[in-house]
Amino acid sequence: MDGVELEVRDGVDRETIETVQAMSGKYKHGWETDVEMDYAPKGLSEDIVRLISAKNEEPQWMLDWRLAAYHRWVKMEEPTWAMVSYPKIDYQDQYYYAKPKSMAVKPKSLDEVDPKLLATYAKLGIPLKEQALLAGVEAPEGERKVAVDAVFDSVSLGTTFKKELAKAGVIFCSISEAVREHPELVKKYIGSVVPPTDNFFATLNSAVFSDGSFVYIPPGVKCPMELSTYFRINAENTGQFERTLIVCDRGAYVSYLEGCTAPKRDIPQLHAAVVEIVILEDAEVKYSTVQNWYPGDENGVGGIYNFVTKRADCREARAKVMWTQVETGSAITWKYPSCILRGDDSQGEFYSIAIANNAQQADTGTKMIHLGKRTKSRIVSKGISAGRAQNTYRGLVSMHPRATDSRNYTQCDSLLIGDKCGAHTVPYIEVKNNSSRVEHEATTSKVDEDQLFYCRSRGMDEEEAVALVVNGFCKDVLQALPMEFAMEAQALVAISLEGSVG
Amino acid sequence: MLNIKNLHVKLEEEDKVILNGVDLAIGAGEVHAIMGPNGSGKSTLSYVLSGREGYTVTEGSATLEGTELLDMEPEERAAAGLFLAFQYPVEIPGVGNMTFLRTAVNAQRKARGEEELSAGDFLKIVRAKAKTLQIDADMLKRPVNVGFSGGEKKRNEILQMAMLEPRMCILDETDSGLDVDAMKLVAEGVNALRSEGRSFLVITHYQRLLDHIQPDFVHIMAAGRIIKSGGPELALEVENNGYADLLAEAE
Repeated sequence: MDGVELEVRDGVDRETIETVQAMSGKYKHGWETDVEMDYAPKGLSEDIVRLISAKNEEPQWMLDWRLAAYHRWVKMEEPTWAMVSYPKIDYQDQYYYAKPKSMAVKPKSLDEVDPKLLATYAKLGIPLKEQALLAGVEAPEGERKVAVDAVFDSVSLGTTFKKELAKAGVIFCSISEAVREHPELVKKYIGSVVPPTDNFFATLNSAVFSDGSFVYIPPGVKCPMELSTYFRINAENTGQFERTLIVCDRGAYVSYLEGCTAPKRDIPQLHAAVVEIVILEDAEVKYSTVQNWYPGDENGVGGIYNFVTKRADCREARAKVMWTQVETGSAITWKYPSCILRGDDSQGEFYSIAIANNAQQADTGTKMIHLGKRTKSRIVSKGISAGRAQNTYRGLVSMHPRATDSRNYTQCDSLLIGDKCGAHTVPYIEVKNNSSRVEHEATTSKVDEDQLFYCRSRGMDEEEAVALVVNGFCKDVLQALPMEFAMEAQALVAISLEGSVG
Repeated sequence: MLNIKNLHVKLEEEDKVILNGVDLAIGAGEVHAIMGPNGSGKSTLSYVLSGREGYTVTEGSATLEGTELLDMEPEERAAAGLFLAFQYPVEIPGVGNMTFLRTAVNAQRKARGEEELSAGDFLKIVRAKAKTLQIDADMLKRPVNVGFSGGEKKRNEILQMAMLEPRMCILDETDSGLDVDAMKLVAEGVNALRSEGRSFLVITHYQRLLDHIQPDFVHIMAAGRIIKSGGPELALEVENNGYADLLAEAE
């Protein structure tokens, strides 16, 4: 498809195996940090919503917004259409707000944050010092910088490179801070892409979201560095409900990365996030996720239930968005990063790798809503199933009557490892004009014994061989990731599939 | 180097005997050729030696420098110095040829307790070796064997051999699907690797490959056994008279 070409980078696939070996061991981030926490009382009520709002020192309009969402939510039913099954979630039997005690008095900068909390991120390989580091990959002097917002349970610990970003006019801070410091921007855009009434989990989030990131890129500014948010769930029996709002003004550009991990626990934990992206005329946003929540054990005990609503609105002409996701974690994944292609000539892309091993269940995909003329979208989905896992691609491509001369290309590949797992593809296609074109290609294959033997006869062990073959299968998507994430993602692909053969 | 004694092999899935008492001893630096009609068990021998699944060894042994191969995983055999050039090299979409080679080289080095090659050193070595096999930079970047011509695939096998520096090389019908020029190029690549410490087992249907890679010994295989062994002249005899006389003689 012209105009929506893959950017091919050299060296994305180099050093796969060293990285894999460096990250040996099954779930690497399953440890917990021992800190004293302040919890809101268990369960969800109007009082809890008021308490979260008060903790964040919010203005009245924000509280009213939350309460409206809460009152709507109590009348809503949990959706059941996804191809996932799990025990009923008791929404009154968990905590909605957990904050380290040391954060009671807001630290002025990261230097004042409890060293124990900072050590958590150091152990995860996330740089909170203002160095050019990400995900344990040490970059030599002079390489790209990455600004980080570190969210620990319900609060943001702090954000790096704020001053340097401010020089360029970029606002990058926690959403709670944005509500206080930039209410006019938040008020204008929050809920404008994912309304508080959108769906059960988004409405829940609207009522109880505690923190998350806020990004504003002013007109014509190319963000001088990559921005990232790193979500860590630490507290037990606590849900994480973060909300991210990114506004990319006319002619601006930003690349944003998101990472997530959680400790190993036998009791499942709920994660219901909302990400809203507003993209104005000629602006472009790249949003990349490496989702590595705890997936539960081999028998499906524990893990994160991940119910996430992510949506980008290409609100004006020639706006562009690219979602890239590597989904390796979570017991349950329910996630459909979507693009509303409202502006004429706007473009949406979605690249996804979803790996489900052992007893994991993933139901993920995208929605491409073509509203403007000559809009283009591209979907490349790579689903990998192993163990007893079930992996579903669910995608909607919708061409509205006004979206004349629009194009979509969808490629949906599934790879099976072993004979007890399942792959499902559920594409929905609606075309309501005569001049648009939609293409859908789908394949399903198994990891080939001959390929594995060929690799092994050259000296690779079975897991290295699987990692290599699967990374090859995912190549189109890995190439779409920023370099630092691509390395981490390749390693994760290998780790997620450990024990899937033999 | 390689010592095969009374090797009996049947298919795992069905009760079909493929190798029926193979005896073969290959000394260091020697080149042996095995010839034989279709279905005689030549390719099975190469697969069993390299550890492919689907076969059951019912009797016998195969040792590489005194170590029993048949107890090892395929990757352990590779690290011990065994290499099989495949008759049909496998395609691996999305995996760059260079990545594949480097992963293989470093996996073996690691298994032997040696330090891994750095990206720079590896690149220098692979470029030099690729050049002698007339493998261009483009072929090194393309996914492993995907869209390669028959000749490119076989040259790529020899490049892998050159990079991995095995002590015992098995070439399974490396000449199949090659035109004369391609075969010559492959043979030159193999000849360049001949050395005192490296042995070869060349499996082929035809004499013509042996014009280019001259063997020290030739064995004729039929019905899962070696029925006759001799010098290079044995290959010429097959070329002129076919297998019929030899088979009758062995009956």
